[in-house]
Amino acid sequence: MSDTSSVLRIVWIYPDLLSTYGDQGNALILRRRAEQRGIRTEILHVHSSDPVPAEGDVYLLGGGEDRPQILAANRLRADGGLKRAAERGAAVLAVCAGYQIVGQSYGDDDDNPLPGVGILDIHSGRGETRAVGEIVADVAPELGGGRITGFENHQGRTTLGPTATPLSRTVAGIGNDGSTEGAYQGQVLGTYLHGPALPRNPQLADLLLRMRVGELPPLPPSWGEALHEERLAAAL
Amino acid sequence: MSELPLRAQLAAVVGKGAASLSRATGRGDGSVIGGKVALKVEPDLLAQLSRGRRIALVSATNGKTTTTRLIASALQELGPVATNEHGANMPTGHITALANQPDAREAVLEVDEKYLPRVLEATNAAVVVLMNLSRDQMDRASEINLLAKKWRDALGRTQAHVVANADDPLVAWAGLGANYATWVSAGQRWKEDSWCCPECGGHLKRDPDPHWECPECGMRRPDATWSVDNENDSVVDPGEQRWPLRMSLPGDANRANAAIAMATAAAYGIPAAQSLPRLQEIRSVAGRYTSVVTDGVEVRLLLAKNPAGWLESFSVLDPPRVPVILSVNAQIPDGKDTSWLWDVDYSVLRGRRVFVMGERRTDLALRLETDEVPFEVADRVSDVVAKVKAESPDITKLDVIANYTAFQQIRADYGRVE
Ligand SMILES: [Zn+2]
Repeated sequence: MSDTSSVLRIVWIYPDLLSTYGDQGNALILRRRAEQRGIRTEILHVHSSDPVPAEGDVYLLGGGEDRPQILAANRLRADGGLKRAAERGAAVLAVCAGYQIVGQSYGDDDDNPLPGVGILDIHSGRGETRAVGEIVADVAPELGGGRITGFENHQGRTTLGPTATPLSRTVAGIGNDGSTEGAYQGQVLGTYLHGPALPRNPQLADLLLRMRVGELPPLPPSWGEALHEERLAAAL
Repeated sequence: MSELPLRAQLAAVVGKGAASLSRATGRGDGSVIGGKVALKVEPDLLAQLSRGRRIALVSATNGKTTTTRLIASALQELGPVATNEHGANMPTGHITALANQPDAREAVLEVDEKYLPRVLEATNAAVVVLMNLSRDQMDRASEINLLAKKWRDALGRTQAHVVANADDPLVAWAGLGANYATWVSAGQRWKEDSWCCPECGGHLKRDPDPHWECPECGMRRPDATWSVDNENDSVVDPGEQRWPLRMSLPGDANRANAAIAMATAAAYGIPAAQSLPRLQEIRSVAGRYTSVVTDGVEVRLLLAKNPAGWLESFSVLDPPRVPVILSVNAQIPDGKDTSWLWDVDYSVLRGRRVFVMGERRTDLALRLETDEVPFEVADRVSDVVAKVKAESPDITKLDVIANYTAFQQIRADYGRVE
């Protein structure tokens, strides 16, 4: 948490543009898992007409259709707040369209490359086919490992530059390219597991929280763990 | 029927036979299978069956089956009306509906959002009725901004008269593509898909509701001549006359549907004094809002297929003492992705007795746990009725909100209730 505040600030970026697949779920689960451990939280909804504060702890970017995605990328680049926050060491979780635009470049609907926010060393373009369905992947061991489950619905194909590392290895589904899924660089995490990626994967929520508050006491199992197991069993 | 070329006539007859067969063998409503057979014989059949008729198309994300029913009912004033009343809303269903009613000069067809442009072109419809657009089954549906653009372009290519909800920015923007329009202020409860200007992407100014305006390009809500007054349960017509609604169907969403139906009927020259009594009679549409009495408990069925639909359903729930069952599946007609559950605010259910059911009840359980809504897990409606009855004998009502296939399963348990 920031030095001046005892509250964990969760910043949801552009719910008016990037909130297509239940993206609110990530903010709600972060809040719940923090508060169950006695950490006070605050969720800030930052609309596309407002400046992005640089003092947040965890920044969330969701999915969006093609045109809102371009609008969001342009506004974030002009605003600069997200980039400053990432440079300060804030944690970032960007999913789906949000994942693409935090990268160096992404493709518009004709696959022309457009510049992204540039806090994750990835380049995204359009694939031949749309990736739609359940996805399962194994998280990089240095991030704690474990299996994650989600739903993907995108036409993007993403390649990683030298500074970014795959978030996970694809077990079922496509992800970046059929072999890796998502990327991370420092405390910036990106994934094609769209919408409520954290509700379905409590360990990812805790990973983001640990980046800001350090070690966390374990929580008793909840419906989140039950859903996690159920979805893994259904997809494999 | 006699004006149709022979091949089309044959196709229509074949289609009709298959539909009766499907009904007779209990395989369904018969609305889709008939059209599927017919389409194989004559691809232009829809255009040919439309010739010589006056057709109204009804499309929206939510409420299209109900509004189609309301409009068809109002137009009975003019004679027989062909309509796809079982919600088979793709071209095969339209063909079946028209083929089954060869003598009806009027037709009111519910149209799936994606199919609207091509059905509009094939039928050369006189009237197009549009209510709302919001996120729905994103794993297979088109992006709604794209959809609105296609509606707008298709309307611009015809002389169709559009009757549309001015309060939904995406719908209004699409409707502004038409050459003739009647605007209805029908309200918009779910706003999460229309914070941005459909024209330029600017952040819409939406104050005071239901007004909306883009500060960047100047695009604004068209002036409405009809409006719903939910507070006073009434509709105000273009002559400023106020009509108390008193619908049998519950809720603001059905007030909106009724206002749209009255405005549409007026476009056909049917005054509100004649259309409204016909709308008031309708109590249930394809099983929606139906009540089934079982073990002395009245179980009411509400269909909610997407976040906007759930929001509307919550608003018509009985008082908090009445328990509610939520049931969610994720089969192909529902969409395989349950992410949308996180777009719904379930905290309004706090203080009620809540049960979760359906193939994806674990998703529902986590969603409710996160919103701090206590709940119980159940397998069947009848189990819940028995449990509630045993524990609280004075409970006489129960609401069920379910998404598409979950709703159909429950409806089938009660013998396909209407
Ligand atoms: Zn604008």
